[in-house]
Amino acid sequence: MTILITGGRVIDPGRLDGPAEVLIENGKVAAVGQNLLAAASRDKGSVTVVDATGKLVLPGFVDLHVHFREPGFEYKETIATGGASAVAGGFTSVCCMPNTNPVNDSQSVTEFMLEKARAAGNCSVFPVGAITKGSEGKELAEIGDLRRAGCVAISDDGRPVMNSMVMRRAMEYALAFDMPVIDHCEDLHLSEGGCMNEGLVSTELGLAGIPAAAEDVMVARNIALAELTGARLHLAHVSTAGSVRMVREAKARGIRVTAEACPHHFSLTEEAVRGFNTLAKMNPPLRAWQDVQAIKEGLADGTIDVIATDHAPHAGQDKQREFSDAPFGIVGLETALPLTLALVEEGVLTLAQAVAKLTSEPAKAFSLAKGSLAPGADADLVIVDQQQGWEVDPSRFRSKSKNTPFAGWKVKGLVLRTFVAGRVVYESA
Amino acid sequence: MSLKQKDLTTIATLTPDEIMLILETADSFKEVSGREIKKVPALRGKTVVNFFFEPSTRTRTSFELAAKRLSADVINFSPSSSSVVKGETLLDTARNIEAMQADIIVLRHQAAGAAETLARGVKSSVINAGDGWHEHPTQALLDLFTMREKHPTFKGLTVAIVGDIAHSRVARSNIYALTKMGAEVRAVGPPTMIPAFLDRLGATVHYDMDEALRGVDVIMMLRLQLERQGRALFPTIREYSRLYGLTADRVRLANAGAMIMHPGPINRGVEIAPDVADSFSSVILDQVTNGVAVRMAVLYLLAGAN
Repeated sequence: MTILITGGRVIDPGRLDGPAEVLIENGKVAAVGQNLLAAASRDKGSVTVVDATGKLVLPGFVDLHVHFREPGFEYKETIATGGASAVAGGFTSVCCMPNTNPVNDSQSVTEFMLEKARAAGNCSVFPVGAITKGSEGKELAEIGDLRRAGCVAISDDGRPVMNSMVMRRAMEYALAFDMPVIDHCEDLHLSEGGCMNEGLVSTELGLAGIPAAAEDVMVARNIALAELTGARLHLAHVSTAGSVRMVREAKARGIRVTAEACPHHFSLTEEAVRGFNTLAKMNPPLRAWQDVQAIKEGLADGTIDVIATDHAPHAGQDKQREFSDAPFGIVGLETALPLTLALVEEGVLTLAQAVAKLTSEPAKAFSLAKGSLAPGADADLVIVDQQQGWEVDPSRFRSKSKNTPFAGWKVKGLVLRTFVAGRVVYESA
Repeated sequence: MSLKQKDLTTIATLTPDEIMLILETADSFKEVSGREIKKVPALRGKTVVNFFFEPSTRTRTSFELAAKRLSADVINFSPSSSSVVKGETLLDTARNIEAMQADIIVLRHQAAGAAETLARGVKSSVINAGDGWHEHPTQALLDLFTMREKHPTFKGLTVAIVGDIAHSRVARSNIYALTKMGAEVRAVGPPTMIPAFLDRLGATVHYDMDEALRGVDVIMMLRLQLERQGRALFPTIREYSRLYGLTADRVRLANAGAMIMHPGPINRGVEIAPDVADSFSSVILDQVTNGVAVRMAVLYLLAGAN
């Protein structure tokens, strides 16, 4: 099967940004360049031509942070529905967090996830293994086994490793496999009982707060441990001005640290919680205006390498509870692109930077052979209409869950078609 | 006259005129409670459901009496006797109650925002009888009513609220209500019990109780939640009591005849010395009496709006 995508503006971060054609053969990128049709027809006979005139042709997006809930919470999402949501949002590769039930702390859970992903056949799934057995923060999981089974990084995700010695050992041990160690930075003592950012809004609403310091102290600890061990540290969903400052300084000193930010943390502030809106409840929480500005600056100057969604599906009944009892998290795969493009519109990022933070940068952070249109690469691509406006309607999400604070938002930037290994896995209606 | 809104879940959305309307309506209902036959037919045929998820004798009884004195039918509903323990959500339970044609639901709940969430989900009027640390609007209204019996205008009035401001719905509702009415509010307590940006709510923040009491007209003491010891909010009850307990000596720092208030139940000898609680300046029991009148006014005005 030979496909030629013509007429589009191809952005392949670090390699190309301009009008070009993309030739796909046998699920791989065969060539990117001009006037490829004649050569392709001569060699291959039948060529399917896809006209992308006026559109963007990009590597498929890579999301370092999703929760697909399988095994254990299939009523919220499965690997199949999560994958469908991913490709609808332009994501062709996702990294699944280990906070399933059972926790992905063993080869068998990892293999189960990969098998489900193969069966679903939509996007590439890269499991993230647990740092400690059962994510209990005590004994290391069999990280070597996890690596061999296909895990690309380790994390205890929502249950951060509080014991600094355990974290030190995990970082050291992971060096043997050159695996990034991810931390959800939260001091559980400082955040205990908290359900939103600690600030004016939490005071007005009488809700227990999670201070920015709960994140900052753990970012500081992790950077110190990364310096001590030389490990690859990846900071999940940074949300505070303090985190951005510390990561910037750590990078300047040559410490191996990468960081991701989520669209909700640069699109919304704690004000969204007013009215006890459980769809604005996530962890880390939506922060203050100054934090949002700092995240944008961090994205702009490269302190924050990656935009990741922290796609966290929850069923309607989970969120229709009292604010303090409702679970943390929102779905994000199907709104990430337009929210990221809004930063381009706003002048925070160039289009090329925005694309890099969704493609090549995340691939680099976890050493994934993805996020590029180099000849020979998997033909994971997305065709985007950058100017097309649409209204966010959760009922149309492919995700099983609809928990988004962006319902009704008028956004710009539509995924028209998504290819995985040269196959069309999504086409907009 | 009636309130324009369906519910009373927060003081924050009331206008000063609406607060005055409630207080003035309560004036006439207070007179009813003093009669031989303490009943008027204002809410005959209406059903009021007391929906209490937290133990409360005072507030629940006060609402029950208020509804009965207005001739409403009253049902008390608490989670131990309900399907809530069987895992039903608050909203589902409330919809069931609503399906039995309840006109007004009075909700006490441990979660901040519970009343607001419920109000959005049901057609009945919802009165917030305390939601977590968020608000307790009728408490603030009865406190204002009690202050007004001695001080007819709120402008120029200085009120000290002393204790665990961070975890107090009474403090929040009073700060909203008093600042709206033009009173000066001083929030007094250890820094561990003062929430972030409290000054932006219009209250001044004080850590030294002696200094803060100088020149105040009203001293409102908050109940110390004794179980909070051990959560690093204060070292011991003894030290708390020495720093933030109201004694006769401290009362003398305030303006002569300053009113002493407490939402109850009081911890004698902890946040308030027994002789102060029982003193002539203490209006703690007047607050309880006035609570019935104020709640009658709220029930009446909301029923009229609906």
